[in-house]
Amino acid sequence: MAKLRKGVFGRLNSFINNHIIIKSKNMSLFEMQKRMLKIRFVEESIAERYSEGKMRCPTHLSIGQEAIAVGVCANLNKDDLVLSTHRAHAHYLAKGGDLKKMIAEIYGKVTGCSKGMGGSMHLIDKSVGFMGSTAIVGNTIPVAVGMAKGLKLRNKDAISCVFFGDGATEEGVFFESLNFAIIQNLPVIFVCENNLYSVYSGLEVRQPKGRKIYEMARSMGIEANHGNGNDVVEVYEKMLKAKDNISKDKGPQFLEFDTYRWREHCGPNYDNDLGYRDESEFLKWREKDPLKNVLDSSEFKSYIDSLKDDICEAHLFAENSKYPEYEEFLEISGIKK
Amino acid sequence: MRKISFAQAVNEAIDMAMSISDEVITFGLGVPDPKGVFSTTLGLQDKYGNERVFDMPTSENAMTGIGIGSSIVGLRPIMVHQRVDFFLLALDQLINNAAKWNFMFGGDNNIPITIRLIVGHGWGQGPTHSQNLQSIFSHIPGLKVVMPTTAYDAKGLLLESIFCDDPVLFLEHRWLHGTEGEVPEKDYRIAIGSSKVIKPGKDITLVSLSYMTIEAMRAVEELEKEDISCELIDLRSSSPLDWVTISKSIKKTGRLLVIDTANESFSISSEIIAKASMEIFTSFKSPPQRLALIDAPSPTSFGLTSTYYNGAEEVFAKVLEIFDQPSKPNDNLKSDHSHDIPGDWFKGPF
Ligand SMILES: Cc1ncc(C[n+]2csc(CCOP(=O)(O)OP(=O)(O)O)c2C)c(N)n1
Ligand SMILES: [Mg+2]
Repeated sequence: MAKLRKGVFGRLNSFINNHIIIKSKNMSLFEMQKRMLKIRFVEESIAERYSEGKMRCPTHLSIGQEAIAVGVCANLNKDDLVLSTHRAHAHYLAKGGDLKKMIAEIYGKVTGCSKGMGGSMHLIDKSVGFMGSTAIVGNTIPVAVGMAKGLKLRNKDAISCVFFGDGATEEGVFFESLNFAIIQNLPVIFVCENNLYSVYSGLEVRQPKGRKIYEMARSMGIEANHGNGNDVVEVYEKMLKAKDNISKDKGPQFLEFDTYRWREHCGPNYDNDLGYRDESEFLKWREKDPLKNVLDSSEFKSYIDSLKDDICEAHLFAENSKYPEYEEFLEISGIKK
Repeated sequence: MRKISFAQAVNEAIDMAMSISDEVITFGLGVPDPKGVFSTTLGLQDKYGNERVFDMPTSENAMTGIGIGSSIVGLRPIMVHQRVDFFLLALDQLINNAAKWNFMFGGDNNIPITIRLIVGHGWGQGPTHSQNLQSIFSHIPGLKVVMPTTAYDAKGLLLESIFCDDPVLFLEHRWLHGTEGEVPEKDYRIAIGSSKVIKPGKDITLVSLSYMTIEAMRAVEELEKEDISCELIDLRSSSPLDWVTISKSIKKTGRLLVIDTANESFSISSEIIAKASMEIFTSFKSPPQRLALIDAPSPTSFGLTSTYYNGAEEVFAKVLEIFDQPSKPNDNLKSDHSHDIPGDWFKGPF
């Protein structure tokens, strides 16, 4: 682990470290870093172009939170199922969701992953097991438990995994879902991304001081773990362990990762000037950038170049795509057969 | 008279209520934050302290019950949600408790809670951020449902709602927050269940509500030039309905168009038309009509929302149709900004 960490934060140019396979078969650090870069650059491209007014839907960026999505999904197979929230771009991409279809969805185009009906907050790519993201806080947690029930009943090897924020753990449905998953011993992993905020409301007005969400979950009877969500290796390893636990029939698993959203809750800008959080807090977290030493590493230069091309192409694809026909909307909504 | 925005009028009503009575409290996700729920709650925490003005966990159902409980021991809570859609988690507390408490304990057990719900529109708010659910709430006995259009009505109706002893749902269309109107500085109240004749007319009765009244007003002006005199009634509350004003108008004009912001089936328009058909059928010179959303969820795509939503042009066309007149485009009704925002000045937050 120590050696590995050095690899992450230290000598990134070292070929060996970059291609090390962490503990097992699943994914190399190098590959995970590429995935984080992909999410970062895609999100930056959205932020950069949002003011053009062509992406007309509420958009919650994942910049700063890439490591959790990548470290978790690196342990998932295609047939493992993922659900997510309003802040879903990272999860969708980390699970292997199609980039062009995501961008087109944000532009409201018929070529989008939800045919333009859903926008940024309603992404889906079933071909890679990304089963949907929705815009109501806490809303997909029970759905993930239900999918786990279905997978278990049908003797599938796959597991279900749901991402949600610290805010979602304040909803009744969070507790109800965990409870059922525990009593039925279901193959589901709950991943809480604790970024300290729900919109502009800090944890201090929403949860008791000193509360550890994972400890609270553990006290309900679920195996729970906690880690630095800005360290992709740590996320990866905790997720690996959680998945392993499920395969050893230890029941549902709970993971809480600390992280920080860099930009405004919804939209492309920075909003530290609003006064709901300190610039210094932001700067402290930016120091802990999950992509520190990766962004400017020469190792990734050619990857970044091709990535930028792919992203431009995706935006171009989206812009050149058509809006859905009204007829199609009527069909999808069930008005017209 | 001084003009202020709808959002300021809401803010002023809460402020006034809190200064009149220390029983009034207000809470909701974001209430004390720098944006102050689209600036409707700005400054309140500074003025009244964090015991009476507070943020809340993302726990809509519990917080509704907590509001109900606090009202049982004498508080007058005003809860707010930035979207009506988020409040759906609290339907148990709303429908099984707030609406029934007084009844199921034999009366004398009022629940004076006011629940402010903001209705989204445009900019890709989509299927779960822009629902118009007034008919669901209006369907439940024991609830009052208020939907103001003007800044003046917002203040008077909110004050009335806060001091009303029953649970009131106060629905604010997001596109109204920026609109301005004359608002007295003094305390005044507007009765829940009273609609307002915005413009008298003789040929057709238009009953409209919330943001659609703004669109209808523009259409009515153009229809006047076509020699069609519309009587425009702003509903203001959907429960109870002001049947007296509506029926009186229909008896005078003999025609009815109900304009709603919601999906058409099982809607406020359904109810008004049913009542009119049952009670004053013989007054009609032509079948009553409605203009509402088709029975589909709101789409996100910019390419769909222009057709999906109705505006002044659709009201204009619908009225011409009722009078068997050929449709014709009206350039004055075309808006000079993108269809999914209320005006170019609108920069969000949405
Ligand atoms: C039931 C419900 N309540 C409120 C909202 C408004 N809302 C949208 S995102 C959000 C923040 C939730 O915080 P968290 O779960 O921590 O996720 P984060 O945005 O921090 O990723 C809120 C409150 C909502 N969408 N649904
Ligand atoms: Mg959060």
